[in-house]
Amino acid sequence: MLTRLSLAAALLLALPLSAQAAPKTTLAIGMGVEPTGLDPTIAAPVAIREVTWANLFEGLVKLDSSGRVGPLLAKTWEVSADGLVYTFRLQEGVKFHDGTPMTSADVKFSLDRARAPTSTNAQKQIFAPIDAVETPDASTAVVKLKQPSGNFLYFLSWGDAAIVCQKTAETNRATPVGTGPFRFKSWARGDRVELVRSPDYWGAKPALESVTFRFITDPQAQVAALKAGDIDAFPNIGAPELFADLKTDRRFTAVAGNTEGEIVAGMNNAKKPFDDVRVRRALMQAVDRKALVDGAYSGFGQPIGSHFSPNHPAFVDLTSVLPYDPAKAKALLKEAGYGSGLSITIKSPQMAYASRSAELLSAMLAEVGVELKIVPTEFPAKWIEEVFKAKDYDMTIVAHAEPLDIDIYGREGYYFNYRSEPFRALVAEAARTPDEAARFETYRKAQRLLAEDVPALFLFQLPKLGVWNAKLKGLWESTPIPSNDVTGVSWSE
Amino acid sequence: MYVRLRSAASLLRSVLLRLCGLVLTLLAVSAAIFLVIDVLPGDVASVMLGTSAREDTLAALREQLGLDRPAHLRYLAWIGGLLTGDLGQSVTYSSPVATLIAERLAVTAPLAAMSLALVVLIALPLGVAAAASQDGPVDRLIGLFGQIGVAVPNFWIGLLLILAFATGLGWLPAGGFPGWGAGIGAGLRSLVLPAVALALPQAAVLTRIVRTATLDVIGQDFVRTARAKGVPGTVALTRHVVPNALVPIVTILGLQLSFLVAGAVLVENVFNLPGLGRLAYQALAQRDLVVIRSVVLLLAGLVIAVNAAIDLLTLAVDPRLRRSR
Repeated sequence: MLTRLSLAAALLLALPLSAQAAPKTTLAIGMGVEPTGLDPTIAAPVAIREVTWANLFEGLVKLDSSGRVGPLLAKTWEVSADGLVYTFRLQEGVKFHDGTPMTSADVKFSLDRARAPTSTNAQKQIFAPIDAVETPDASTAVVKLKQPSGNFLYFLSWGDAAIVCQKTAETNRATPVGTGPFRFKSWARGDRVELVRSPDYWGAKPALESVTFRFITDPQAQVAALKAGDIDAFPNIGAPELFADLKTDRRFTAVAGNTEGEIVAGMNNAKKPFDDVRVRRALMQAVDRKALVDGAYSGFGQPIGSHFSPNHPAFVDLTSVLPYDPAKAKALLKEAGYGSGLSITIKSPQMAYASRSAELLSAMLAEVGVELKIVPTEFPAKWIEEVFKAKDYDMTIVAHAEPLDIDIYGREGYYFNYRSEPFRALVAEAARTPDEAARFETYRKAQRLLAEDVPALFLFQLPKLGVWNAKLKGLWESTPIPSNDVTGVSWSE
Repeated sequence: MYVRLRSAASLLRSVLLRLCGLVLTLLAVSAAIFLVIDVLPGDVASVMLGTSAREDTLAALREQLGLDRPAHLRYLAWIGGLLTGDLGQSVTYSSPVATLIAERLAVTAPLAAMSLALVVLIALPLGVAAAASQDGPVDRLIGLFGQIGVAVPNFWIGLLLILAFATGLGWLPAGGFPGWGAGIGAGLRSLVLPAVALALPQAAVLTRIVRTATLDVIGQDFVRTARAKGVPGTVALTRHVVPNALVPIVTILGLQLSFLVAGAVLVENVFNLPGLGRLAYQALAQRDLVVIRSVVLLLAGLVIAVNAAIDLLTLAVDPRLRRSR
């Protein structure tokens, strides 16, 4: 009897002990938008990358949390002196989740598929410089370029350049097969995607055994799910006004980092009065960016003076080039012939950051005698038709979420209708400069040019408001590329 | 006997007539849905490939999706598919639309059924009780519930319920749906709060209808006669008053089902339920026309069918209507 009792007591004591000894190995991670398909090589949405990048799919190279390129499926690489030949030595023993070994043939297949005439790759232009992909042996891939591409390695880190298996490429959208440390388990559409640790991963084994991505659109519901413990981490919560409250809650770690999204109020540069740089500068100087961030995003979000992510090593803070100065703005408007006032419209999409910013802009511009009328639109579908394609707008406001997209101001037919030969020359120079230091210097020049020429009002960087259980370690504070890399995430007890 | 047969035959005839009308209405509705959705500004290829996509890439995707075919061919293909049970492939989810809808119905149908049951369970007793104590304190109190219930939107009730029962007391989940695979109990538990949120405003509306309908009947001679013959108050209410007040109540209840389905879009968002409403909302935002048109047709069909069923039900409830046709 005594022994039985002591045994029971020992069991009772041992239970909490053993529970403590083994840290949790599952993670429930929340996202505001459900991905449409799970293949990053055939569609643009950020949410696809936020599930699959580095977790499920891998590229030849990978970005770290500071935005630097490092090895992944390519162990090492050499670039020829003229910048035209990239020789990649691949990791050995890499297998796709279906058991197929990954070889240089898959590298060739993936890159050729992305640049084929029938390709539906959303970033097809990054593969345009490729002339041919050769496979001298199973673990070497040689990529030959037609012209030097300064950011070629960087682009290869994008989800669009993930290495996929020939056998499964066509079905990756619904049942993705990659080489990453996590493999696809299930997708309950409208609710969750489940990934589990891949038993035969070639690299370091992640601490987590399974990861569930759950999709919760409503910001109030996001917070409720966090507080109820249904979700362990929300890497980017949708409600800045609730974030402040979560920051004071000891159960959570709450960090405001940066996304790759620059929130800019684009102007139709081909249209009067925006064809006059004095008007554009006046509008920029009428904007109090700090007050805008306070009002539109509860004070979270770094003001920007040009179109470049603070996550990028070549970022320069240019908010002081055209600072808030209503008197100067009025003078510039008068000089441009709009001393008696000006009436313009802004097409504002439904996202909270956009509609709130538009309202604040309207109030700020009113101070300098500019009437800004808000016309609601719907993003993405209607906005793409009206603003992006038909260019039927005066001003608009959206976050540009793609990484390293400063070149959009140099693209022919892009919705800003902005034409600056010096800027196009700078972008072209950066694109063909493989030397990193020289390329970064060119990007700094390009940022400065935009800051002075203001083809769009540069407002603030869309922050990444991350909230997660205080015991979680290894989640990224900022994302130099849209992603939720959980390969280094673990529980602390 | 002959009379009964004849009335059965006339009932059958009206059922058949209604079925024909139903099919014709559905066909007209399908054409309207297709047209409206087709002229909607927006292009699924641009939405999927984003703003960096080149024109040739967009064209390649449109061709892959069959969007380059003329509209009338796409309409005929859709209707043809409907008849054979093939609703096509969702562009964004790349899975069969029929499967998607079936998955979502497994959430929305029980949710709507639970709400409807709640609406009746709340409104019927409250409305009758209010009528029975006309202008008394009970009537006033129930009237207050009616006022508040009509004024407050369902998604806000949902938020309050989450705060109270999920975040506060921790009795029920804050949202999400574990799937019926996790057990019927777990599934039902996650539908309780959404069903209550969805039902309360409609119950408030119906309570007022029940009260008015009951009062209309209470004042009539046959009720007074019954009471004079010594039938106790409650028996008179349940046996004589309520059955005779049912026609307007059932009619309104039928209309309310469409409000419940519409309200489900909002409530499913607040509670993060993977239901039909959210599917429709998401597909619309992505311009996944293949999904939207079938979901909208299903909802329209549901409303039409419910209305037809309500018509028949009123025939069954009220023999006078049958005779007059």
